[in-house]
This record gives sequence, structure tokens and C-alpha cells, in this order.
Amino acid sequence: MDIHEYQAKEILSKYGVPVGVGGLAYSPEQAVYRTTEIGGDVWVVKAQIHSGARGKAGGIKVCKTENEVYEAANELLGKKLVTHQTGEQGKICNRLYIEAGCNIGREIYLAFVLDRAKEQVTVVSSAEGGMEIEELAVKKPESIIKIPVEPAVGMQAFQARELAFALGLDKSLVNQAVTTFLGCYRAMRDLDANMVEINPLVVTKEGHLLAVDAKMGFDDNALFRHPEISELRDKSQEDPREMRAADRGLNYVGLTGNIGCIINGAGLAMATMDMIKHAGGEPANFLDIGGGASADRTAKAFNLVLSDDNVECILVNIFAGINRCDWIAEGVVQAVKSIDLKVPLIVRLSGTNVEAGRKIIKDSGLPIITAETLKEAADKAVAAWKEATGK
Amino acid sequence: MAIMLDENSKVIVQGFTGQIGTFHATEMIEYGTNIVGGVTPGKGGTKHLDRPVFNTMKEAVAATGANASIIFIPPPFAADGIMEAADSGIRFCVAITDGIPAQDMIRVKRYMRRYRASEKMVLTGPNCAGSISPGKCMMGIMPGHIYMPGSVGVVGRSGTLGYEAASQMKELGIGVSSSIGIGGDPINGSSFRDHLEYFEQDPETKAVIMIGEIGGPQEADAARWAKDNMRKPLIGYVAGLTAPKGRRMGHAGAIISATGESAAEKVEILQECGVTVVPNPSSFGEVVAKVLAKIS
Repeated sequence: MDIHEYQAKEILSKYGVPVGVGGLAYSPEQAVYRTTEIGGDVWVVKAQIHSGARGKAGGIKVCKTENEVYEAANELLGKKLVTHQTGEQGKICNRLYIEAGCNIGREIYLAFVLDRAKEQVTVVSSAEGGMEIEELAVKKPESIIKIPVEPAVGMQAFQARELAFALGLDKSLVNQAVTTFLGCYRAMRDLDANMVEINPLVVTKEGHLLAVDAKMGFDDNALFRHPEISELRDKSQEDPREMRAADRGLNYVGLTGNIGCIINGAGLAMATMDMIKHAGGEPANFLDIGGGASADRTAKAFNLVLSDDNVECILVNIFAGINRCDWIAEGVVQAVKSIDLKVPLIVRLSGTNVEAGRKIIKDSGLPIITAETLKEAADKAVAAWKEATGK
Repeated sequence: MAIMLDENSKVIVQGFTGQIGTFHATEMIEYGTNIVGGVTPGKGGTKHLDRPVFNTMKEAVAATGANASIIFIPPPFAADGIMEAADSGIRFCVAITDGIPAQDMIRVKRYMRRYRASEKMVLTGPNCAGSISPGKCMMGIMPGHIYMPGSVGVVGRSGTLGYEAASQMKELGIGVSSSIGIGGDPINGSSFRDHLEYFEQDPETKAVIMIGEIGGPQEADAARWAKDNMRKPLIGYVAGLTAPKGRRMGHAGAIISATGESAAEKVEILQECGVTVVPNPSSFGEVVAKVLAKIS
């Protein structure tokens, strides 16, 4: 789960990370009012969306008058911002964070990530801040410093000191840097974050450290023990279809193709999508309906897949392990009868009680195309889609 | 022979008396797995499925001589159960539980480093369908009947995709020595590489098939290891060619978040390392058959 910049800053500041003075605004009037609260003569109006690279998308505006703040806020609120992380559809900006401007001396990249290869938290940092890490890895790979954190004892002060010196920070800033680095680590550990990123961490011309941007991502599997983090969820930043799926206990990822997929198991789902592509089609979605696919669950899956207007054909591929093909066939037949299906449907069943399952589909009299193997299913789905749409 | 589990495995079910534990324990017993008892804290001294229930793993191991365990404990408590198994002297543990926090798994892996190699437990999963040595022992939630005994080692992340591969092989009369599920989580008990090493040493296994997916470095690491260390033929598949970057595809670990983690990049590394790549998921059976024909 992702959270907004202002939320991440609020959390991190409690852990001793220095952040600027700022406030949230839902309207241009509130934005202007924030400037009087904050004081000073430069303010930054920042669109709060779940994406990096907001600056390039026009989501960060430096303003020198209240009027400029009003205009910036007016433009950004309700606007969809498109970055390389949001995809074409973009993400809507409903909240603004108004922050005091600062005099940037130099910029540092700082991130704490879960390192899958080393199975520990790793600190990734670079004295060349301001760029994204992907860009840094290509342009300045030698500048990237990595520090592994031993999970049994956590990050130690000496490691934070080593990093501060390696980044070439002035000795007057080292203690503040150590507090910042250890604070980020503790926040990550305490709250089950899987990522903390401060980019840039700035040394101001006045000689202070300041987290100018902040990003945190959390482990969905650990939210059960962090209700205070679950509360920070902003549903306006998530794909509505994926949210509906999650509410129904289904695992769905919307894509851009035309062949809707209903499959049990994540690996088989990905493989089936690959097979559709191999057969010359494009999958419309990833959908794992899980092990115990009841009739009710199957019906929900159909409704969800059909809520995508791009879907012009549906492929159901079930390998029954712990459940049985005859139960799933019943579910498919019931679902199709209840929803008035207008697109071709291909069903491939395999595994436990497959003969009984195929018989139920056949005896239903419904216009369901059946297949025995994965290849046959994908070929028939693409052929049926082409026939139905004339593409 | 087989790896990890065979007719000598004496299995304890952790989370024995719960609904899921009961269902799958029943299935495993029917398959012929030697389930010697179970652990549910607070229910020690009772009987369940005609087998003794213990409060702790140490009691269970002392009373039954168990050497393996399978975990159906809910996510908040599963990491604790894994460490309890490791400390009780269990040698092979299958964690079925889906949804264990990543930092819990980091702690588990760190904890397990305290044991010498000779007394260290092999953990597979979490978030897996389990493992099976056909005809000998099943520790998992898979349909046992789709696996035929034979000489191909299978190691994979996904349950149902593994079933697909096994059934395509059975269709062609090809059997499996052991099929190991390592699970779909980002931090898992043992890696592809670990099991390639076990299969390489297993005299019954003639070839190995590795069924991977997007996300993480393990498929590439395993292929690089195999290039230098493996004499048996290795066949590989990577699911998720159509998966977009940065989106989680069902499994907690199935997300392309760094260079080298996409299916296309992994396939390229596999090919460079001399792995026979299965081009699409409908050809597991024929590719394995071809490789077996070459070596026999």
C-alpha cells in the first residue's frame, strides 16, 4: 500500500527526520490560508498523488505570491496527472500539500528497500540526488552506496556515520544525518514498510538537512497489525476495478487487451495470459479466483471482468486441485445464466472430476466453447474473439 | 530416492485441528503420507483424525520421532510456527500459509542461520502448494493423482502452474521424482538454486524443470549456478511475459521492480546459461520429453 508525501513526512518527522513546515489543502482558499500560517515568501504547491516524477508532470509549482498559490492550487485540484509511473490514465489530484520553499544547496538520494536477494533491509544512497534511482543506476552507477542492515540488531549508528561521511556531508551535519538515517530505518521496521525513499534529501544553503520529498510503501501482508497505517489508504489513487476485486476477495489487475481471463492460481493466470499473447491476442486482465472457487465467487469474477468495456471475449481456465471440476462447472453455468453474457466464452477445465465438469457444461445447452488443453483454449479464445469482433 | 520427502518422512501438521489443517491432513493421510500427529497449542493430549495432538513441537518430535512438518497456521502466527519447527529438530518444513509479512520472513531466515548445516531445517514456502514425491509422500494441498512417479525433478513457485506441467508430463508418460513448491513470496525459505543442488545429488532424478515467474533474482541466480555446477539437463519456464512493470500479479513476490526481473530478461539469462527454455506453457510436456530422449 502506498501513501502520500505529506503522510510519509508526518510519520518520518516523528522518527526524527527533518521536514519543512507545511500544511494540507483541499481548495485554493485553504492553500492561500496555509501560506499565511507557514510564513516566508516562497511556497511550493505540491500535488498529492501516488506517483513519483510529479515535477515533470507539472504537479509541483513554486510560487512567490498568494495569487500564484491560488492559481496553482486552482489548476491542480481535480486534475489528472500523467507520469511514467501512473500509466496513460493518470492519477487524480484531490489534495495539495503547501510547503515552505527552501534554498537548495545540494541534493542527496536516500532509500531503504527490502533486498530480496540478501533477505534484509538495504540502504541505497547517492551523493548525486535529484535523479530517480533508475536514472542514477544508468548515469552514475559508481555514485550508489549500498549498506546492508543485519536484521537481528538493526541499523547501527556506525553504519549511519559511515554513510554520512561517504556522502561527503560536513561534520557539522553528521549527527543530524545519523538521526535521519536511523529514524528512517526505525520507521521502516516498526511499521512494516517495504520502502522508504527521500529524494531529494537536501542540504540547504543555510546548512541544514531537509527531506524535500518523501515516499513510503507498506507491506499489505502486515497491515493487520497497523490499523493506523490502513487508515491512510486513499482509494481515489487506486484502480476502481482492482478495489472492487479486493473487496470481493479476488486478485485482479486491469490491463489493456480484449480477452478477459478468469483463472485459479497466480502462476497459471500469468501463464494463460502469456498463452493468449502467443496465440495472437491480448489479455484484458489478470484475475486469480483462488483455490476454493465456489459458484458465488465465479459469478462475482464474471461481473468484475465484464465491468471492463474492452472485454470482447472471456477465457476461463481452471486446474482443479483441492476443488472439483464439477463444482466449478456448476458455478460457470449458474453465472452465465444469471448475467446475460454477450461475448464468446471459452472454458477449459482440468484436474479433479474433469469428465463430470465437462458434461455439466455440455448438458447446460449454453453457447460455451470448451477446450481440453491450454493451447486449445487460447487458440479458440483468440479465434472466437476475432470472429465476434471482425478484427 | 527423491529429495526432501519420501516414505520415511514422519510428518507433524502445525495448525492441525483448524478447518484447513483438518481438510488437508485428511487428504494427505488418504494419499499415504505418514502423518504422525499435530500441534495446536492448548489442545495437547487430545486426539484428532485418530492421531495425537501436542501443545508444542518439541513434545511432538519427542513423542513421535517426526522429521518433517507442514504449516497451516494463520499469517500473524506462522513465522513463529516456522521457528518453533526449526528449533524442535524438524529437518524439512513446508509452510503453506499465504500472507506472512515480509519482515517476519526476514526474521525467520536470520533465526535459522543459528543452526549448523548438519542440523538445519530446510524450509519451503511460504505461500506454496507444498511438495510431493509421487507414490511416497505428499506434503501439500495438490491433487496427488496428477503426479506419476518417475525421474524428473520439478521445482516451482506456483501451485496450479506446477499441476499444469505435471499433468502435461503424465499425459506423455513422464513421471516426477519430487516436485518442490518454493512459493510466491518475495522472501522464501529456500530458493530454486537450493533445490537444483539437491536434485543434482539425487541419483533418481535425471532432469530438472524449474518453473519460475516475474520478480526477484532467484531464477537467474539458479541458472548461473547450474551453468557451472549442474550436469543434469535443466529445463526452465518463466511466467509473466505479458505482466506490466510495477504491478503485483497475485503472488506477493510477482512484481517487476528492478532490472532483470521481467520474464523476457530472465528467459534471456536462462538461455545464456544453457537452460532449455519452454517457449510457452502448453509445451512443458513435449520439451521435457525431447530432453529426456536426448539423454537416454
